[in-house]
Amino acid sequence: MAQEKPIGEKNFFTPFNVITGIILLIGLILTILRFTKGLGTVTNLDNNNPWGIWIGFDLLCGVALAAGGYVTSSACYIFGLKRYHSAVRPAILTAFLGYALVVLALHYDVGRPQSLTFPFILSRGTSSLLFEVGLCVFLYLTVLFIEWTPAAFEWLGFKKLRNWVVRLTLLLTILGVILSTLHQSSLGALFMIVPSKLHPLWYSGYIHVYFFISSMFAGMSMVIFEGTLTHRYLHDKMDETHLAEADGVVLGFGKAASFIMMGYVGIKIIGISVDNNWHYLTTGWGAWFLLELVGFVLFPAILYSVGSREKNTKLIRIAAIWTVLGIVLNRLNISVVAFNYHLPSAERYFPSFMEIGTTIFIVTVGVVVYKFIATRMPILYEHPEYKEEHH
Amino acid sequence: MEFFTLHDFMTFTKGVTYLIMGGILIFMPLYWLYLTDRDD
Repeated sequence: MAQEKPIGEKNFFTPFNVITGIILLIGLILTILRFTKGLGTVTNLDNNNPWGIWIGFDLLCGVALAAGGYVTSSACYIFGLKRYHSAVRPAILTAFLGYALVVLALHYDVGRPQSLTFPFILSRGTSSLLFEVGLCVFLYLTVLFIEWTPAAFEWLGFKKLRNWVVRLTLLLTILGVILSTLHQSSLGALFMIVPSKLHPLWYSGYIHVYFFISSMFAGMSMVIFEGTLTHRYLHDKMDETHLAEADGVVLGFGKAASFIMMGYVGIKIIGISVDNNWHYLTTGWGAWFLLELVGFVLFPAILYSVGSREKNTKLIRIAAIWTVLGIVLNRLNISVVAFNYHLPSAERYFPSFMEIGTTIFIVTVGVVVYKFIATRMPILYEHPEYKEEHH
Repeated sequence: MEFFTLHDFMTFTKGVTYLIMGGILIFMPLYWLYLTDRDD
């Protein structure tokens, strides 16, 4: 790894620091506004549209794109694909931060964030899907935190604690897969309560299956995308093992994502067929639906397949970005664009600039914390004391 | 296609869906072979 410059020579006012500094400052002002003046001051939400981009983007996209954690750890520890071991820690960190930011965003979105624990303590709504989602996210965030702690303990030098947590790896991985299966699908199932509000092309009795299956390739694509970014900007923090295994991760995950995406296209077509929604495909909404399904699922699936056959990692990395955008489009279509589609445009929801600003702020917090952790803790390299110890 | 009874609707949609499922069952293994035929 490259030697770091002495502190005195470091220029604090780099473009990254300046831009993130401005975003964080604006975000803090928006946060104060949100928590002192209320939701109405900073959002365009109303009784017709109680869920905006804080749910559609921060929560739905955040959870889907954080699926890389359970996908990578189960590939490595449950399916025994140890060649993906170097991708586990970055994926776990991304997932942990992703879920932590989902919970942070939820504090902005709910009317009384101080009562967020009430459903678990005071009044357990065990027949509600939202209760299940909340409980799973709460438990899975805890699991991800514990899965991430070995990196922090290695950094802090807590050898005993680290070894103790590492022994729990398989148990935590299994818990992670169970909890992810439950809440990834339940997030989609939440929309089963609104058959008259969500456009028939997106509404389906199988929507929970769509959410779960799409979370798999969302997670894989996010691992590839995040690997591309770390290769570019944190290259000096990666050790030889991580650099050597990176292409294998890209090729393997690209191939798996392609196969799952083809299956996803198949079950989406089955969904149209079961509800006999073919006639909607020739409408404007149909064109938008086809753009999402063909342009942002089928097309990147083909890109992935060509890339993995030709061993073209660049093509796979492009497909990964495309797929991530596709997932964002899908979740926003379901929660915002095709939601309340029958309302006149004057009554439709469009996020205020302050909502968009808060979302950018939350994503930026994630990037800053990721950078802070990845530049200090053994995420992209193996700690010298634990080298060759592939747990 | 117009439907007058639920039975008509189910017969038509299930019939089409089973055909699509058959197509997918044939396509997916072939697609897997396409994805993996150049593996070492």
